[in-house]
Amino acid sequence: MNQENVLEIRGLKSYFFTEKGVVPAVDEVDLIVPKGKIIGLVGESGCGKSMTAKSVMGLLRFPGKIAEGSILYDGKDLAQYKDKELRKYCGKEISMIFQEPMTSLNPVLKVGRQVRETLLIHDRSLNKSQAKEKTIEIFRSVGIPEPEKRYNSYPHELSGGLRQRVMIAMAMICKPKLLIADEPTTALDVTIEAQILRLMKQLRDETGTSILIITHNLGVIAEICDYVYVMYAGKIMEQAETFELFDHTMHPYTKGLVASIPRIGKNPERLYTIPGVVPNLLHLPKGCAFSNRCQYATDRCRSEKATLICAGEDHYIRCFHVEEELAGTGGAPLQADLTQAEPEQAELTQAKPADTQSVSTEVQA
Amino acid sequence: MNRNDVQINQTAPGKIPDRSDSREILLQTNKLTKEFQLKKGKNALCVHAVTDVDLTVYKGETLALVGESGCGKSTLGRTIVRLLEATRGNVLFHDKDITAMSEKEFRSIRPNMQMVFQDPYASLDPRMTVRRIIAEPLITYHICSSKEELDRKVMELMKAVGVPVEFMNRYPHQFSGGQRQRIGIARALALQPELIICDEPVSALDVSVQSQVLNLLKDLQEQYGLTYLFIGHDLSVINFIADRICVMFLGSVCEIADKDELYSNPLHPYTSFLMDAIPQADPHLRESKRKMITGEIPSPVNLPAGCYFHTRCPYATEECLKEKPQLKDYGGRLCACHHAGDFENRN
Amino acid sequence: MDEVKAMDFNTENLSSQIGEKDGIKEKLWRMCRQNKLAAVSAIVILLIILLAVFAPVIAPYGESDTSLTERLAGPSSEHILGTDYLGRDVFTRLLYGARVSLVIGVMPSIIALVVGVTLGLLAGYLGGWVDYVIMRVADVMLSIPSLLLAMVVMYIMGTSVVTLFIALSLTSWASVARVVRSQTLSLKETEYVEAARSIGVKRWTIMFRHIMPNCIPSLIVLFTLNIPSAILSESSLSFLGIGVQPPSASWGLMVNEAKQYLFTSPWLCLIPCLVIMVVVLAFNFLGDGLRDVLDPYMKKQ
Repeated sequence: MNQENVLEIRGLKSYFFTEKGVVPAVDEVDLIVPKGKIIGLVGESGCGKSMTAKSVMGLLRFPGKIAEGSILYDGKDLAQYKDKELRKYCGKEISMIFQEPMTSLNPVLKVGRQVRETLLIHDRSLNKSQAKEKTIEIFRSVGIPEPEKRYNSYPHELSGGLRQRVMIAMAMICKPKLLIADEPTTALDVTIEAQILRLMKQLRDETGTSILIITHNLGVIAEICDYVYVMYAGKIMEQAETFELFDHTMHPYTKGLVASIPRIGKNPERLYTIPGVVPNLLHLPKGCAFSNRCQYATDRCRSEKATLICAGEDHYIRCFHVEEELAGTGGAPLQADLTQAEPEQAELTQAKPADTQSVSTEVQA
Repeated sequence: MNRNDVQINQTAPGKIPDRSDSREILLQTNKLTKEFQLKKGKNALCVHAVTDVDLTVYKGETLALVGESGCGKSTLGRTIVRLLEATRGNVLFHDKDITAMSEKEFRSIRPNMQMVFQDPYASLDPRMTVRRIIAEPLITYHICSSKEELDRKVMELMKAVGVPVEFMNRYPHQFSGGQRQRIGIARALALQPELIICDEPVSALDVSVQSQVLNLLKDLQEQYGLTYLFIGHDLSVINFIADRICVMFLGSVCEIADKDELYSNPLHPYTSFLMDAIPQADPHLRESKRKMITGEIPSPVNLPAGCYFHTRCPYATEECLKEKPQLKDYGGRLCACHHAGDFENRN
Repeated sequence: MDEVKAMDFNTENLSSQIGEKDGIKEKLWRMCRQNKLAAVSAIVILLIILLAVFAPVIAPYGESDTSLTERLAGPSSEHILGTDYLGRDVFTRLLYGARVSLVIGVMPSIIALVVGVTLGLLAGYLGGWVDYVIMRVADVMLSIPSLLLAMVVMYIMGTSVVTLFIALSLTSWASVARVVRSQTLSLKETEYVEAARSIGVKRWTIMFRHIMPNCIPSLIVLFTLNIPSAILSESSLSFLGIGVQPPSASWGLMVNEAKQYLFTSPWLCLIPCLVIMVVVLAFNFLGDGLRDVLDPYMKKQ
């Protein structure tokens, strides 16, 4: 394991063994979280992004389990660990925040106490009043106003944004090396979302904690991630550095995803759509999982499974089409195709809403 | 564009701008207010969900209501269709006051205003087949005389929204979120309404499905000449679907303007904050370039004095703390701010 | 052809693969495979129902055939379970008793269900004073010991099967009404009920077409759990002599008649007791099993 990496997931397969068949929720996923980086894992619902996180945290429930692969943390393979051994790391060195902070906080305990308890479990050298002090300190650092007062609040007395801040405080209090955030801002309003994203970035800069963000929102990815993995039907479809991914999107799925977002500053008559819906993991297409929705799909795509290939600097992609294009053997140029199919959309992917930007910079100044 | 140069013609407050006069008014609200009583008696407490909202919806347009959660946009939508009874004020539909009508009188109006709901998993009765769900409005108003006619109508509606007719005997749980939302739309279309109130119809859907449903809504509008009151929180979605946008904060209207004007030149500080907060799917526009709103939404139980936004507004002045700004006309668009348009000068 | 289409559709559309929702049928099937006790209970109940229905065919003797020469005989080849103090065949009596006991178990449960569902829906959906009145009456009913109330009713109205039904359903409707009301209160806030209201569907239609069908899982559970308590109450009343009247057979009555011979012919008393116990347990196990699969929310309560 590379010392520069906090987490290395190698060939992870998390399957659900249901009565109706085996559901490959996570299928041969390789994912690396380097030190001090914010990594994004993006995909639509049911693509296995949350299951990947749960596999790391040992939170898979029956009938799901890790069938194969390794999860290397600090040179140790977490996939082999029993629940009890995992608990030593999870919560202390690896912590997680969830989408709905209300359900992850105990409604009958004061939030300060809940955070304090987390600290006390993992750091036994502290006494109660020291732990309380530390808790208030971290409350202040995650931007909770009047931390002394909030220490004695119950979860229901806090707004959604404050609750998420408490969750982040709880996750950060043991100074974890890795923070896994599963849709951390999905339940929040945009103005609060922006605040929380800024907070996470700030925490990374201050503490050097690596963050793995799981989201369906490409906006969140573009906002704070350094490196992105795009997941579809349990597999990584494309991975690249964030700017590279948005500037040189290659995989038809990622392209479709990027093109189908409505954007400010562009007023197309119609939005680009990916036809069909996410396939049922029980009945995946035989070849490429995306082949039944892909406008470039060939017979090869429908019958063979593609592998991840390098398509640029630290840019990997799972698509025969791009592979062929790169090798120069047949395969129509992808960029041209999409432009033809949806002229205004291809334009969209590069468009920067000029107005909003100029206005914002103006205000900053 | 330099916003400081924008000309602001202030005309008499409340007056509808001239250029709109040619358009037919479909729905109007006058000082519409909805309060929820929390505690009765001496220390009466109530949630001021919607306060004194004046809104005009023209026929054939899409008016979007946008704001953060708890800003009263959904409550306003529900009060308009009388799912909630208004506390004060009234709603005029085709110049008829529907708030004053009895339940019986209102029955003749109701088919003209239908609703599409947010959560496609909760808005369809899990124990009814798709056929029955879509047929329900038709059965309720005794529109079809025979079973064959009913089936034919249901099939037509399913075709219109793009759900395969073979699946009419299936139950909602057998469909994906996008398909369910289509079924919800079919149900809303069944009575051939003039106005459809869409309450966050795509916010529970995946990105790729969201664009499908948005396209469908736009197509249907063209096909049937529908008017939409589109409730949402995502300004990029609203940018795609809306013609005019009404920004709400804490139960009252901040700003109403045509889409392009609003996006290029927000008059109300809240609008510009809201727009800057959206994470754009383009890393070149990262937040470092943008300003950010601080603080949280005040409680709707104890409304702040003066402008409701002053607690979060960096441009608030003495005047803002004392007096609540009224909606005023600024060259054809409405804004409720004492410093409408020139707020960044003071920073 | 249709099959193929349906398959395609499934492949395409079930996006939440892991949280795939099952219908009632699939849930029952799952219960049978996962909860063996419930499955066995269901078989036992089915068997007893069949025995009761075909009692005249299966029974070796008539219901009230007496044979004074064979009084209080132990189990033998002629009388598998022996005879009672009038020389009647115990096995035959048990079979006919099953009819009475089951009917008395089911009928009050049905009455309780009909009354409880209607009042619960009204209370929950209409709210206000309707809710207040119905729920206070229900509270009163639940605060009186049910057996005592049944005894009082039986004394006043006389002992007949109909009064027995009424007496036994008098308290059980209240618990049904409570459950239905609480479910109505939450279902009334769901978006599909709101959707129906926005269409202009009438109140009664909403109550009986939208809300009630969605209460069915808990109603099945309540119904199954009401039956054993009705059977027990009937047995208690019959044992006290104010339930089913001789010469008809009921399990409670059989215990009553056998109590004098407890020491001389213990099987007379033990056999009907055992049968009552088995049936009541079977219904309870089945009810618990059903609750686990149909109504996980109620389990938490």
